[in-house]
Amino acid sequence: MFKKQKAMKVISKLCMGIVILIILSPLGLFLPEYFKAGSAWGEWGADQIKSLVGYIPEGLGKLSSLWNAPLSDYTFKGWEDKPLAYLGFSYIISAIAGILLVALVILLLGRIILGKNNG
Amino acid sequence: MHIPDGYLGLPTCGVLYAVMLPIWAAASKIVKNTLKAKQVPLLAIGAAFSFAIMMFNIPIPGGSTGHAVGGVLVAILLGPWAACIAITVSLVIQALLFGDGGVTAIGANCFNMAFVLPFTGYYVYKMISFNSPRGSNRRVIAAGFAGYLGINLAAFLTSVELGIQPVLHQSAAGQALYCPYGLNITVPVMAGEHLLIFGWIEAIVTALVVKYLQKQSPELIV
Repeated sequence: MFKKQKAMKVISKLCMGIVILIILSPLGLFLPEYFKAGSAWGEWGADQIKSLVGYIPEGLGKLSSLWNAPLSDYTFKGWEDKPLAYLGFSYIISAIAGILLVALVILLLGRIILGKNNG
Repeated sequence: MHIPDGYLGLPTCGVLYAVMLPIWAAASKIVKNTLKAKQVPLLAIGAAFSFAIMMFNIPIPGGSTGHAVGGVLVAILLGPWAACIAITVSLVIQALLFGDGGVTAIGANCFNMAFVLPFTGYYVYKMISFNSPRGSNRRVIAAGFAGYLGINLAAFLTSVELGIQPVLHQSAAGQALYCPYGLNITVPVMAGEHLLIFGWIEAIVTALVVKYLQKQSPELIV
């Protein structure tokens, strides 16, 4: 019993850590903006590629629009040009949605992979 | 390090999906036999941690950004196969929901960040920490090295996958069809920025959390 309580305590502490990361997550948006750092190397959109090498590679142009993600770049659709504070808000909501979904999928996968007869 | 759609030709994407399929199959088989049900919530937190840490883009002023992956930490705590599953789930959701990393490149991104990174990190950690006590500083240093080497090898392989594209795919006019930069650019840039900056972030994150867990819940450190 004592062991189980201790395990629960560890889990809730780690969850608190994740919550803190969620609250701080907009730093991952604001700091690059502040230092004018642009996007990650090799992760440019087709337009940026054009300004870098002078043309849009044909295959890249075709494939890059293949998938239309619902929360592209961790931003709500249509919010791309809103002030930074709005983007920070959608970044936090994205973090919450992503983290809940990731955790849920792992819990489900755990149940499927391990079955019910394990510990 | 998330390769978007369009940077890799479909043959490269296909090969790396094909490489990952048996790895994913092995991971679920091995995790079935080694992971305890009570460790599943911890794995969920590990995957969530990896997802969250990847949102912290670190700027190179005036240049580009990058981030830690957090995957070496998950590998140290729960083993490389469980880490592979955790990071894969994180990467798939990033690609599908947030357009971070391409859908055609899920195989490639998983190979780099969900396979090479946790396995490199795990074995480096095991080698350096060999038999040292749970609470020792040697384990903290081992975790740091493991994070540094894990993310750097992953970044190097990413740069190779990108850099071979101009050789593999060209239009009749000699223009690149996918990633336009060759190995002479992709390798120094990506390896350089990870050796100099992002590798240290992964190292510090990994080492600090191990240090914290040594104090708070040493039973998690193996």
